[in-house]
Amino acid sequence: MFQYTVRRLLDLVFVLLGVSILVFLMVRFIPGDAVAIMLGANTDITPERVDALRRQIGLDLPVYEQYWNWLTGALRGDLGTSIWTGTPVGQEILARLPATFEITLLALVLALLLSFPLGVLAARARGTGGDVVVRVIAIVGLTLPSFWVGVLLLYFFSIYLPRWPAIGYVPFGEDPLGNLARVALPTVAVSLPMVAGLTRILRSSLLEVLSSDYVRTARAKGVSERVMLYKHALRNAMIPMITVIGVQLGYLLSGVVVIEQVFAIPGVGRLMVGAINERNYPLLQGVVLVVTGVFVVVNLLVDLAYAWIDPRVEYS
Amino acid sequence: MNARRFFARLWRNRVGFIGFVVALVVVLAAALGPLIAPYDPLAQAIRERFQGPSGTHLLGTDNFGRDTLSRILHGYRTSVLVSLGAVFIATIVGGGLGLLAAYWGGWRDRLIMRFMDVLLAFPIILLAIAVLAVLGPGSFNTGLAIGIVYTPVFARLARGPALTVLSWDYVAAARALGGGALRVLGKHVTPNVMAPILVQVTLSLSTAILVEASLSFLGLGTQPPTPSLGLMLSESRGTMLLSPWVSVFSGLAILLASFGFNLFGDGLRDLLDPKLARRR
Repeated sequence: MFQYTVRRLLDLVFVLLGVSILVFLMVRFIPGDAVAIMLGANTDITPERVDALRRQIGLDLPVYEQYWNWLTGALRGDLGTSIWTGTPVGQEILARLPATFEITLLALVLALLLSFPLGVLAARARGTGGDVVVRVIAIVGLTLPSFWVGVLLLYFFSIYLPRWPAIGYVPFGEDPLGNLARVALPTVAVSLPMVAGLTRILRSSLLEVLSSDYVRTARAKGVSERVMLYKHALRNAMIPMITVIGVQLGYLLSGVVVIEQVFAIPGVGRLMVGAINERNYPLLQGVVLVVTGVFVVVNLLVDLAYAWIDPRVEYS
Repeated sequence: MNARRFFARLWRNRVGFIGFVVALVVVLAAALGPLIAPYDPLAQAIRERFQGPSGTHLLGTDNFGRDTLSRILHGYRTSVLVSLGAVFIATIVGGGLGLLAAYWGGWRDRLIMRFMDVLLAFPIILLAIAVLAVLGPGSFNTGLAIGIVYTPVFARLARGPALTVLSWDYVAAARALGGGALRVLGKHVTPNVMAPILVQVTLSLSTAILVEASLSFLGLGTQPPTPSLGLMLSESRGTMLLSPWVSVFSGLAILLASFGFNLFGDGLRDLLDPKLARRR
């Protein structure tokens, strides 16, 4: 386990380095002069201004030196300054992370809470006429565009519950109830595909466990179906669910990034879209780097937790 | 397995068959859209705006009086073309890289797969948005961005089974007899790794449609006036309280397309990949 952890940590460093190089090179892949594009519609572009901005971002240095400065800066928490406002990029991102992470986390919890009973029900429907129905419904859920669900929820709430504060965001610390009311709809919308995904996985792993030899032995010994299902099967069936949580978190985060647009939530998704529209590349690079970094670390933690929970995992 | 046996088995796999039919309808709608669309998707008719479904406009009209059904049919063209293009790029580039990595082994294998790991580390939508920020918006670039995002998936998927196949005696013999990379990979390895790839192609189409719609919804993908389902949904939000129909139908259209390919992929997995099917 120790060796495995060390190796995974080395992998993590490597992947993060690769991510940082790609994110750094991003601006250099932009066809044309990125600085001129950043200045864009401004009418008073003088060569001096272009040069000044170029120096401000450090584009006048050799590429490897630029990367080194950027990376060491990022490690110290300095991601540069936002082009238009001049505020530190790190500050702008920190201000936006809570909303995005809150919704992602709540959606994960909601999906876990809902998928357990649903997965058990689906596994019980095995062999009945409901089997095909369960499969089809699960796939509908899986392919549900969450931003569409968000749009529809917003519509119904504005008609039937016009007083519900459906749009915007307030921090939990400022107004706990207002916060929960505002994040409720986007959370439900983005968690639905995950509910379907987890339900499907739980169902199939439950069925696999229930058909295994030790369950048959337990049945033969006269263990009741209830005890079998909840004590023996469910525990083992949970393991595959943990493995997919990492992958599912990626989808979930993607859903949140898009749904922020629907509910006017000031999270990283809206920050990114705004940064693109303003051609604010330092900000965009910062967001991609930070969010991907967090995502990679969380994924590693999930994997380690999995290895820790399931003694059968091979560390090779 | 030949086509007739394949369809016979697909017919018996009810879920896969339903998926096949739905996916086929979507592809036909995309292919024949301009021929069967009752109206010009861009023609405005101010007097006929905000209509609900009726005999003249089966799915109603939007805030400019444009016919929703015609716009969805043209939108399918964009979604399906972009998604097909994206998955095609990912399959050829990713699959090719995975096969080559398996064939070469050693440092080239490690280099390729490490690069794939890095691409895989990004949350999907973040990478797609970053690529679009570099390339600029538009349908073509959206296809390219989604293609890049899906490339590592296919590389991983192709490499694993390819390693197994390359270790088989007759393939090793073909290599020993002087068969080059292209010949060994093309003739011996590719046919043996096709099954999981085909399943993944279908499932990827399903998610690519969702990603394309998301990016267009954010305003980073397909640009107006090209009809796109994500754009339709995004544009209709502002006038939803006057008439929710465009939002309802454009979202349903996205769901239907994604659902069809996913269900089809699910069925294909049962048919082509019995080992995986058991775990579903």
